[in-house]
Amino acid sequence: MPSVKLMQGNEACTLGALTAGLDFFAGYPITPSTEIAELCAEELPKVGGKFIQMEDEIASMAAIIGASLTGRKAMTATSGPGFSLMQENIGYASLAEVPVVIINVQRVGPSTGMPTSPSQGEVMQARWGTHGDHPVVVLAPGNVKECFDLTVKAFNIAEDYRVPVVVLTDEIIGHMREKVVLPDFETVKVTKRKAPASPGGYKPYLADPDGGVPLMAAFGQGYRYHVTGLFHDETGFPSNRGDVADILIRRLMRKVEKAEPAIRDYATESTEDCEILVVAFGSSAMSSLSAVRQARAQGIKAGLFRPKTIWPFPEEPLRELSTQAKRVIVPEMNLGQLVLEIERVIGVRAPVERLSKVNGELFKPEEILSVIMGGEK
Amino acid sequence: MSDSLEYFRENRLPHIWCPGCGHGTVTGALVRAIAKLRLDKNKIVVVSGIGCSSRAPGYLDFDTLHTTHGRALAFATGIKLSRPELKVIVMTGDGDCTAIGGNHFIHAARRNIDITTILMNNNIYGMTSGQYSPMTPKGMLGTTAPYGNAERNFDLAKLSIAAGATYVARATAYHATLLEELIVKALLNPGFSVVEALSQCPTYYGRKNKLGTPVDMLTWFKEHAVNVKAAAVMSPDKLEGKFLIGEMHNSQEPEFAAEYSALAEGVRRKFDSFQGGLRECAQNSD
Amino acid sequence: MSEKKKSFEHIVRERWCKGCNICVAFCPKQVLALRNGKVYAAHPDQCIGCRLCELRCPDFAIEIHEKGVEEPESKDASDVDHTIPPEAKHA
Repeated sequence: MPSVKLMQGNEACTLGALTAGLDFFAGYPITPSTEIAELCAEELPKVGGKFIQMEDEIASMAAIIGASLTGRKAMTATSGPGFSLMQENIGYASLAEVPVVIINVQRVGPSTGMPTSPSQGEVMQARWGTHGDHPVVVLAPGNVKECFDLTVKAFNIAEDYRVPVVVLTDEIIGHMREKVVLPDFETVKVTKRKAPASPGGYKPYLADPDGGVPLMAAFGQGYRYHVTGLFHDETGFPSNRGDVADILIRRLMRKVEKAEPAIRDYATESTEDCEILVVAFGSSAMSSLSAVRQARAQGIKAGLFRPKTIWPFPEEPLRELSTQAKRVIVPEMNLGQLVLEIERVIGVRAPVERLSKVNGELFKPEEILSVIMGGEK
Repeated sequence: MSDSLEYFRENRLPHIWCPGCGHGTVTGALVRAIAKLRLDKNKIVVVSGIGCSSRAPGYLDFDTLHTTHGRALAFATGIKLSRPELKVIVMTGDGDCTAIGGNHFIHAARRNIDITTILMNNNIYGMTSGQYSPMTPKGMLGTTAPYGNAERNFDLAKLSIAAGATYVARATAYHATLLEELIVKALLNPGFSVVEALSQCPTYYGRKNKLGTPVDMLTWFKEHAVNVKAAAVMSPDKLEGKFLIGEMHNSQEPEFAAEYSALAEGVRRKFDSFQGGLRECAQNSD
Repeated sequence: MSEKKKSFEHIVRERWCKGCNICVAFCPKQVLALRNGKVYAAHPDQCIGCRLCELRCPDFAIEIHEKGVEEPESKDASDVDHTIPPEAKHA
């Protein structure tokens, strides 16, 4: 039967990971994500898993890729400076199609920034932090329960599409405590990795060029195959032939593009007849929700669109909503990142207003409400 | 050799290394060592970084992982900790391991994790056409040391021992028999093992420093290598300009993956009645 | 007493041999030579089976077998038709 617990966001991410079958964590302490590493250090041995604190974030990312290749479900957790260090190996996981989950609890950056204050400054980096065209999926929990749900989902997406998945939270969501109603763990849907039936004739990167996902064998089980960060053909061996490269990169990018409708996740509040649409994610969305409800209480037709998958961006639902909106307001704890996608998708259908807060503090609902109200003629 | 051939991916040969490059000799020694020990092909994972040395695993018929520059040991640590029953071998080079990979190297040694590292030291960054590395001797030329390397180089044996490696050895592509013997012992050592194999790069290091043909470079190895056992009774002036080969260090100490696994297993047994630790605790919390 | 002198067979995988001359130069009995850039046993009867050529060859291109004692099991790998071509360029 479901259970109720007062839980911290970071704790909920960890619990979601364990529920999804996490059995290997490698990480490095960094505020405000350290609780995840500490919890994993304590809990993983209890479930027959392994934990290691590596010498830096680069090594942490490398270790989880290695573990995933042996058949484990592997994860790391970090924040801005560590996330920056991880980029090269995130690109490796992306190209080599190794399922891994990275939790990034955003703090104020750039550089050392304000380690104990929240921001939403890694929206673009989560998508494009590593070099080259590469597929990545980024999920943004909006409350503590979603830290649990979306971390489970992150593992499933990573396995289904053989792609690294970033769970993008922030210092507020990571550290706040909320009452969480946890489901019966047996009822939680967890993806099992799709492995080939036997080593005979196995081609590790054989897949439909139109975004197909290759079957994944584990090291140590007789497949004896090669994995490399060099561009490769379906045998896994390096190739720098132009035609091979073209097929590979397009298939990789198409994997996530094709999957978008299936993995798309978002929430809405009073959008059926809304004229003022607020688009927000993560902790900004919590304040936005309160502002929208207060506006509605005063008879203003406000609504909230809250993407939970921010990459790939859920274009279709937003485009639909924008046809009816007279104004779109985008509160972000950065100087305009997700809003670039929103502006791109909405185009000329409605004016988009950016609302930035970059002092390391959460939006107060009244700050968003006054913008909603301020535009009223 | 024929019994070792089965450990190669024959259809990937001939390899990309230059004519006379020592890396093939070193790889052959590793394969012969594996053949001698009759290791199970299906339980070996070979990991490498980036560089000429790091191309070696692609030619070997095991599970092979060609990673990012300098990071092989970190990937290998994830593999070994996750599956301690696998034999994990890292093939790396002087630049890959001691420059960008230096941090991962000292920590793997510190942990004494059971990984056997074969470091092919050709004193240069060969793949990128001849820049100097932290193991290029002072005064030698490289494309980024056109007036001579002004830096001191690492003594890899001392570095390994100081960091905690339990088996440390050195040989050269000339001393192929010794190299094979040392690799056998390195593979058998249940801990972090390092075998530095001096290898000739006739194309870049050799040409830039006018060291001659591959045969000339191997002859240089022959004439300047002194076995560590012999060196122990030689006077310092006789050792001037020479380098040591042989077994530098061999000790038995607790191995990390086994230690952690035992520790974790102890915890798991205590919680056996709870299926899933935190999950159970959460379910029972109200 | 007279002992039957051991004789050795020199298997060369020409497709893999890059003619680096290492085996030729270090053979203690001057058994080997290069011809058209590939090694061959010019004086096979002088071979003492030390196998240093085999051990030092960077290309796994030469293999020594004692005649009458062992039969080489694998055929010359360079004759096998592999459809996957060797890498022409490297990164």
